[in-house]
Order: sequence, then C-alpha cells, then structure tokens
Amino acid sequence: MTLHTEPFVLNMGPVHPSTHGVFRMRLTLDGEVVTDLEAVFGYLHRGIEKLAEERTYVGVIPLTDRLDYLASMSNNFGYCLAVEKLAGIPVPERAEYIRVIMAELQRLAAHLVSVGSFLNDAGAYFTPFLYMFRERERIVDLLEMVSGQRLLYNYMRPGGVSQDLPEEFIPGLQKFLAQMQGYMQEYENLIKENEILGARAKGVGILPPEMAIAIGASGPVLRASGVKWDIRKADPYSIYNRFDFDVPTGIQGDCFDRYRVRVEEMRQSLRILEQAYKQLPAGPYCTETDHLIRPPVGETYAHIEAPTGDLGFYLVSDGGIAPYRFHVRAPSLMNLTALRDMVKGWKIQDTILTFGSIAITMGEVDR
Amino acid sequence: MTNPVSTPKIAQVIKDKYPGAVTGTTDTAVVVDSRQLPAIMDFLKNTTEWDFNYLSMVTATDYYQQFEVSYLLVSMAHNHSLMIKTRCERDQAVLPSVVSLWRSADFQEREIYDLLGISFEGHPNLKRMVLWPEFEGHPLRKDYLR
Repeated sequence: MTLHTEPFVLNMGPVHPSTHGVFRMRLTLDGEVVTDLEAVFGYLHRGIEKLAEERTYVGVIPLTDRLDYLASMSNNFGYCLAVEKLAGIPVPERAEYIRVIMAELQRLAAHLVSVGSFLNDAGAYFTPFLYMFRERERIVDLLEMVSGQRLLYNYMRPGGVSQDLPEEFIPGLQKFLAQMQGYMQEYENLIKENEILGARAKGVGILPPEMAIAIGASGPVLRASGVKWDIRKADPYSIYNRFDFDVPTGIQGDCFDRYRVRVEEMRQSLRILEQAYKQLPAGPYCTETDHLIRPPVGETYAHIEAPTGDLGFYLVSDGGIAPYRFHVRAPSLMNLTALRDMVKGWKIQDTILTFGSIAITMGEVDR
Repeated sequence: MTNPVSTPKIAQVIKDKYPGAVTGTTDTAVVVDSRQLPAIMDFLKNTTEWDFNYLSMVTATDYYQQFEVSYLLVSMAHNHSLMIKTRCERDQAVLPSVVSLWRSADFQEREIYDLLGISFEGHPNLKRMVLWPEFEGHPLRKDYLR
C-alpha cells in the first residue's frame, strides 16, 4: 500500500523567534522537506525614503539610524559620506579616525548579535547568545559614552561627528580591546570544534559564488562563498587604506562558512581598532557647516562596508535644503534574493538555520 | 579603488555598436534609449573588456514628466563601475527588465514597481513588495498625496 501525501503551505512569521524581526516565509512543504519558499516583506516598511524627502540633510541622519538598527553608526557613516561628496564638505583627520573607531566597534557589536542569534537558531539555546550580549554590552557602553544613546546613536554629522570623544573613552576602549581577545578565545573553545554545530551547519544552505555575485550579495554572505570583495579594500573610503587588515573568506558558502567569516571579521575589526586609537590625532572633530546644507544640483552615490554588506546611499539634490531623492542600497535585501534556492530540498529546520546565517535586519530590508 | 569608467569613452563604444542608443551623457552616467537597454546591458555584461558581472543597485527617480531609472554596474575583475540610466514617460511607465541578466534586479525592480509604479517587462514575479496588493497609488511619486 502506498501512502498518499500532498504538499501543504506553512506560514512562518511574521512573528516568529527565528525571523529576526518581522519577516514572513510562505513555505511549501512535502513532509518536512521545503519544496518552495516565498519571501513576504513589508511589515516594517516605514517609508524612510519618502520621509527623507521632506527633511533637511542633517535631519535625515536619525532616519538612517533606523535602517539597520543594529548598526546605526555604520548607517550614519555611509550617509554622511554621501552628503559630504555631494556638498563638498571636508572632514578633519581626527573625525576620520573617530568614525573608523565607531564603525569597527559597531561591526563587532552587530556581528556579536548575528553570531549569537545564529547559534540560537542552531539550537544552542541562549547560552552563546548571552555570552555575546555580555560583550556587546561593553561596546554599547562605549558608544553611549560618545553619543548618549544605546541603540540609535545619531552621532555622525556631515563634516565630522557631533561631539568629541570624552576623556574616559580611550582608556575604556583599551580595556575592552584587551579583554575582547580573551572572550574571542572563549567562543572558539566553546563553539569552533562543536560537533553538533558542525553537523547542523556544514554543507547546509550552500550559496555558490556565481549565484552570490548574480544576486548582488555582499558582506559576509558574499565572502563566505569565497569571493574576496570587501568595500574597505575594493573601494577604500575614509582612511581605511591606512590600516593593515585581512579579508577573511569561506570555502564553500555554507552556513558554517558564513558563521566563521563573521567571527574572523571580528578579529580583523579588533586589529583595526588597535591601530586606529594609537594613531588618533588631536584637532577639530567637525568642520563647521551651514545649519542648512544646500548641496549644488546633482547626484551622488557613496557606499561603505557595513556589517551586513555593501551599504550604499544614492542622493539627488535639486539645490534645496532637503534631498530630492534618497535611496538606500540595502545589503540585507539583496542577500535574501537567493534564500529560496538555498533552502529548496532541505528540511524546515535547515531553513531556520540558513535564514539565521544570512543575518538580515528587517529595518534595512523594508526601510 | 573602484574606478568609475569614463562616460564619454563608454558612450562612444555604445554609440559605435548601437547607433542612436545613447541619448545623453553626464559626468557620472550614460543615458540610453530604453528600447535598446537589454542589448546594451547584455553587451556590457558579457564583454571581457567591460565585464560588468555585478549589478550593485537599481533605483528610480521621479522628474514629473519622466521617470529616470539608474543602474549601477560594477566589474569585480576590473574593479570599475558605471552608472547607466534610462528614461520613460510618466503615462507610459514601462521598461524592459534586466532580471535575466542579473538576479539582483529581482527585488529591486519589484520595489520600484511598488513605490514608483514603473512596470518591468519580462520580470518573472512583478507584484507589490513592501505594500499590500490592495494599496492604491505609488508613494515615491512626487505627486502622491498622503
């Protein structure tokens, strides 16, 4: 006797612990095997691109905070670069260094969340997550010291940063850097050789390099597939060409590679931080600009290597005080393009892991 | 450094291959005729000299009479970039899709369709992305009133 089965549709999300925000997947299942996946977006769409059209150039900065809310320093950075390029605003040396320090601290903080929640999805229920949040807390304390905020920093300005570093910042950073090396070792001891994680993540959710390039993937997702493409090296912005660091890449582009690439990137960020704070020059932290910036008519595109990938800002100016058009090239959105191909034929548990390993932020996907 | 390709140079190359296709150049972009867009994009992607294998960004801007769609192309092998633009009339907002060349256009064209109301012919799954199907209007249009 043959058992008759038929595929059924399962709605996962929008509210589900593994969707890292409000994301919905319409899964078509054959038993436990995923045969189709449709991504449904829009639950966190706030119309940021439209809202920006009626705000001044400086007034848009708080909106950029709310894109990838786990990496608001990086968003500030990319947006300020675009405004500076458009309006021709110079940036003092000290501000460049402060920005790099903030961006790398932010990368550490964002990767700690991505890796922690990935391990959570893998079934290591909350233990690694809480360890990583312990360290993230230290970074958030440092960022709070400079900006007064703990999540949405609103710290950078076209021409520099909003205020200088307080005097307790550098000692705090030194202390953190010294301890973080030890913490990284602790994670390695706990997780790297873990057989269960290996069994669950190795060879699962493979993204081949050709597909990664075709879908416009960037950041750790692209590099885990073995493509050495980091905006900090490929198209250096700010002062990144002054630092010595490597671009880690994966081998086959599976979930484990994406996890490893993030961990290695954290080590590289620590290397950059070590170099940056030692070279920090004295001087002004911001260029004086008009209260209302009026860039000349024209358009520009500036991009940075954010924790999620190649974050770009496209600005069109009509000579007024507000952007005529503000568009964000959202790496999280592009990284999701191949999700269907990555999970097809795998079990539903692998879908959760694969989705977790891409590590998106819905604020950036929906905008 | 990702070097922007010199726009007069690439415009000349496109003009020689596709007469009448280039309708203008700016400092940063080459504006092409939308009817010849798929052929030009195919040429730019599949020629070893240019080798634009990575479509970084697609976006559109509303200029009242016309919509302007910008494609930011990047070549990872040569590390150079190029912005291609094309335009369409407001009351005839239809453009050819480039999804068959670069899959990264998939969600981005859907988003443009959703928020600016430009249709992309040949897109495999053109429907609203961030707004719900019953939503009326296209919010990123300049004449959209809330």
